[in-house]
Amino acid sequence: MDPNLSRLLIIDLSSKTFRIEERTSLFEERIGGAGVAIRLLHEFCPKGTDPLGPDNPIILAVGSLSALFPLASKCVAMFKSPLTGNLGESHAGGRTATSIRMAGFGAIVITGKSSQPVYLSITHNDVQFLDARSLWGMARGDTIARIIRTIDGNPGTRTILRIGRAGEQLVRYAAVTSETYRHFGRMGLGAVFGSKLLKAIVISGDAAIPVNNIKGYRLLYDQIFDAVTKSPIMKKYHDVGTAVNVLPLKSLGSIPIKNLTTSQLEKSDQLTGEEFVSNYLARRLACSHCPVSCIHLAQLRTSYPHDPYFFKTTSVCYDYELIYSLGFTLGIANPKQVLSLIDEIEGTGMDAMSSGVVAAYVTEAMKNGLITSDMTGGIELEFGDTSSYMQFFKNLADQQIPFYKNLGKGVDYTSQLYGGSEYALAFGKNEMPGYHTGLAAIIGYLTGARHSHLDSAGYSVDQKPKQSTPEEIATQLYNEEAWRQILASLVICFFARGVYSEEMVQKCLEVSGISKTIDDLVLLGKQILYEKYQFKFREGFSFRNMRIPSRITTHPSGTGLISEKDIRKGIETYENLLLSSGTGPAQSE
Amino acid sequence: MSTRRLAVIDANRCVGCQCCMFACNRRLGVGGLSRSAIHISSVGGISRGFSVKVCRACEDPPCADVCPTQAMKRRDGGGVKFHQDICTKCGSCMNACILGAITWDNENNVPIVCIYCGICARYCPYQVIELEDISGEM
Repeated sequence: MDPNLSRLLIIDLSSKTFRIEERTSLFEERIGGAGVAIRLLHEFCPKGTDPLGPDNPIILAVGSLSALFPLASKCVAMFKSPLTGNLGESHAGGRTATSIRMAGFGAIVITGKSSQPVYLSITHNDVQFLDARSLWGMARGDTIARIIRTIDGNPGTRTILRIGRAGEQLVRYAAVTSETYRHFGRMGLGAVFGSKLLKAIVISGDAAIPVNNIKGYRLLYDQIFDAVTKSPIMKKYHDVGTAVNVLPLKSLGSIPIKNLTTSQLEKSDQLTGEEFVSNYLARRLACSHCPVSCIHLAQLRTSYPHDPYFFKTTSVCYDYELIYSLGFTLGIANPKQVLSLIDEIEGTGMDAMSSGVVAAYVTEAMKNGLITSDMTGGIELEFGDTSSYMQFFKNLADQQIPFYKNLGKGVDYTSQLYGGSEYALAFGKNEMPGYHTGLAAIIGYLTGARHSHLDSAGYSVDQKPKQSTPEEIATQLYNEEAWRQILASLVICFFARGVYSEEMVQKCLEVSGISKTIDDLVLLGKQILYEKYQFKFREGFSFRNMRIPSRITTHPSGTGLISEKDIRKGIETYENLLLSSGTGPAQSE
Repeated sequence: MSTRRLAVIDANRCVGCQCCMFACNRRLGVGGLSRSAIHISSVGGISRGFSVKVCRACEDPPCADVCPTQAMKRRDGGGVKFHQDICTKCGSCMNACILGAITWDNENNVPIVCIYCGICARYCPYQVIELEDISGEM
């Protein structure tokens, strides 16, 4: 195994010191990424830690295939989530994984709190704690990256992670952005950065990565590269991008529209991936070591109202989830207006999915008289009214009005204060993604360790022709999520899950110097998932008292009405499967 | 044998995946980007696209001119051949290439010089670069 992979960098922001530990057995056993990170979370995060206190660790981990194989291009972040109060896990692309690996580390742990705004510059054997006071409070997060890249690291091989003003203001769903358009988006890593007065991190290095058997490596690499570049599975990400999902999901009635109050959005013909390509697509980008290039940038030209010869021209990254959360669920059908909202959210550094769902809830609560414009600083939200949403998001990120401080804690928290919990669309306190496809999606959101659609892909199960019982669905979701722990440990982009079969993963590990059988890997996936739940249980999570917004069961999904009884049955099956896989309390190295 | 060099066909099609850089490294038996002789970086932020730095195989190469030991020898038809055994690791060649096409292998303390093998082009899915025959052109 590459000796650099097992190097763990531990940084203490309080004392501005760092140390490097060799953790060979941890990385050999856990293959990297999520598997390593959950062990480190148990080790570094004391029980009951305040997620916004100095003891909450930020853990960044890469896998044994990072910078070796195509699409092993993600980095895992783990922390205690300020949004859910339990497991915080988020994955981001960009150059982060390659840069951490080339800086000669398998994982980085950041603890403590700085006495003043700081940014970190990490290289192979050094960490610089640099003054970020001048960067704190800047209006747009992308300006931070622009400044840092002129003074630090090597172009092309460095990563720059940074927060915007929402992270500084501790919005519990603030994101950390890497390479301008990739995000550790969900679960509030940005707020954890903000709580530590950590504005940004630059990581760069030039370590080479050894392999066991160079001939075998090259052959295997070619096999995967060919599969990835020629596979029909990857084509949709490559061509239209994830926004290609809009049309089929819309025709099935599976997109949550206007906070799930209706099944149709009038005049939304322009709001499809194909239309974005035709009218706005300006450039496609890729993460480091991904030939697919799924990142779609639109060119947005905005005129200045009083001067016809000035325009603001921005590149805006769009995706299916953003079109859902800032378009469909807010009742906005005009693509240009959706792009301008995406750009606004990008500037603040908030998670676009959570922000959209929060705004949709407030819109409905205002209509029902639970929230008034006296509380919102004079803003009256109405579905489809882009300019009001624009101001709303500004206020939300700035957190200057008490009402927005409550909204900044998530839609679940907010609905307990103001009412309307039946239409506060969060699962496990994480705001809903854009799939109201059916029973499997809902069971997946509720049972997945991150309460994300990417945990177990229930939306995909719903779109298959066979209708299954809640028990069958839960079993399928459990097995899928357990295997995804292996992909998240390596850390392979889930878009490439069809290419990285069990056999392929086992072979790739072999040439990277780690020997595991497929049975070992399947068991390891279950163990990692179990350990994630051990952390969640430790921090107060329970399957039994999960809130299910009743709107989910009263508004038809793409496969019809879903019953709460079936959802509860699915949760119970999942819990039994999870607990029967348990191997006792989580052990730290 | 014909003389070849890498040509940048259309940098606008570059998506920044760096698969060319990873390919160059694999040629040397390692993973990562550390020893790549081709360099992809953003043009001041990735929204503006990418710069693709390759050795142009100059007909009159400045890197060879400044090498004190002739470790960097002119190649017939343009470009250079690098002889590591007589390199003094002075770094003059790297400084002489104003394109930045020669970089440094910090692990082995030697310059990184393109050998015009074209492996990078084989792994570019977007036809940004290609190996071209320059026999008789110069």
